Amino acid sequence: MNSWILDNFWAHFAVFTIVILAFVIIGVMAFIYVERRGFGPFQLRRGPNRAGPFGILQPIADAIKVLLKEDVVPDRADKVLHTLGPVIVFLPVLLIFAVIPFHGQIGGLIANLNVGIVYVAAISSLGVVGVFMAGWGSENKYSLIAAMRVVGAMISYEIPLVLSLVAVVLATGSLSMNGIATGHPLPMILLMPLGFLIFLAASMAEINRGPFDLLEADSELVAGFHIEYSGMKFAMFYLAEYGHALAMSAVAATVFMKGWVGPWDAYLGWFWFILKTLMIFVLLVWLRVTFPRMRIDQMMSFAWKFLLPMALINLLVVGIQVVAFGGDIPWWMMFINFGLAGVLILGWSKFFRPGGARVEYQV
Amino acid sequence: MAVDIAFWILAAIAVVSAVAVVTLRDVFRAAIFLILCFFTTAGIFVTLNADFLAAMQVLVYIGAVAILLIFAILFTRDVQQGNPSNKLKVPAAIVGVVLLGVMVSSAVTFGWPESVYLPELADTADIGQRLFSENGYVVPVQIAGLMLLAAAIGAIVLMREK
Repeated sequence: MNSWILDNFWAHFAVFTIVILAFVIIGVMAFIYVERRGFGPFQLRRGPNRAGPFGILQPIADAIKVLLKEDVVPDRADKVLHTLGPVIVFLPVLLIFAVIPFHGQIGGLIANLNVGIVYVAAISSLGVVGVFMAGWGSENKYSLIAAMRVVGAMISYEIPLVLSLVAVVLATGSLSMNGIATGHPLPMILLMPLGFLIFLAASMAEINRGPFDLLEADSELVAGFHIEYSGMKFAMFYLAEYGHALAMSAVAATVFMKGWVGPWDAYLGWFWFILKTLMIFVLLVWLRVTFPRMRIDQMMSFAWKFLLPMALINLLVVGIQVVAFGGDIPWWMMFINFGLAGVLILGWSKFFRPGGARVEYQV
Repeated sequence: MAVDIAFWILAAIAVVSAVAVVTLRDVFRAAIFLILCFFTTAGIFVTLNADFLAAMQVLVYIGAVAILLIFAILFTRDVQQGNPSNKLKVPAAIVGVVLLGVMVSSAVTFGWPESVYLPELADTADIGQRLFSENGYVVPVQIAGLMLLAAAIGAIVLMREK
């Protein structure tokens, strides 16, 4: 890397914006390929294997297909909101990558923010606005209902998500992404397994994947809030969905698995980062294909009655440990934390019944 | 220089979107402009080196306040017909003029002294020290938290059926 690119602000900004855009688009294509090929064996079939060797060109064929389709805008739709919706859903995905450290001590590609993790939490709450705009602007009652459900679910799951990140911040003593990655000798996934599981569940709900995809359940419903979208705008939603999965995997890899830190990370930092991101994503695919889809009341009660108390207990436990050991939790606490996580999850699941919400019918 | 340009762009967008919030008849678009206004305010915080405040502005005001506002709008009936006009134009005008007068007069008469210290470079720890150190504001922060908790419990009690 030439030094003038790093020194000149605008050159730095332009080059790394293009790098991030390319990374997101290539990453999304790779993720789509991994997911569709991964689904095959899980569902006792082969998966896409016609386009190119091992079906590797399938995402490209999909992209071309979806870009060539006609863009239909409903007659009574709010045209401005309908067009801006997918853009605003996709925007936070790109913005998150501005602070994610790919390699070494430089930190984020565009900005090495002091408050990186707060920035990530704040920016990922912007996508909700785009979902609302899409649902409202489509002038379709199903898209509006679906948008309200998505938003209700997203703001519910944001609370345990942020609380699990707060526990990490307590343990590592830093708010910047690089500081979190290097703040503790142990990866957080070992030091606080409960926090990692909460983060994983909450982020799966945030990105509408896995067992939480009831809002756009593509095999039985009509795609939720983007029912009225076609062509390139639909492609934008698709890109945003997988881009968000990529972003959440990257955040989880950085926060809970120490990101670029690994053997020979002066040269191989980017490799460890991408490998860990891919590991998290494969875990997401595995969970998605394993668990049955939830009902909306089960989803809400899971957030409020299971994840939120667990996140608060996790925060309390980590806080006590930080105070007891003077800010530096020793490595052997991980055995205690693993045991505690198992006891807590098993114990709480005795109390917890998914669902149980009353359904009221009005005639 | 660049910071000045950024400030004026952000300030202009913030003022225009704030005007749009009160003048637009489409309530949903007004809410979207409110979000734009909050976002540009966060941008102004960034130009002042207050990164933490900017992130909190986005997290709290856009991620929570504005979204709940839109929820409230969507649950309101007849929202499609736009902002229902009511008969409080005269009181609203009086209150608006009085408030504007107070703000303008205090802004004009205030001396605006400039601090002799350079701004701290994005130090979140200072905010924490200021809030939670021994002669900080621990008690007010705790009281504010208790009030929010009381409000949340009150909302649940109100919504609960007998």
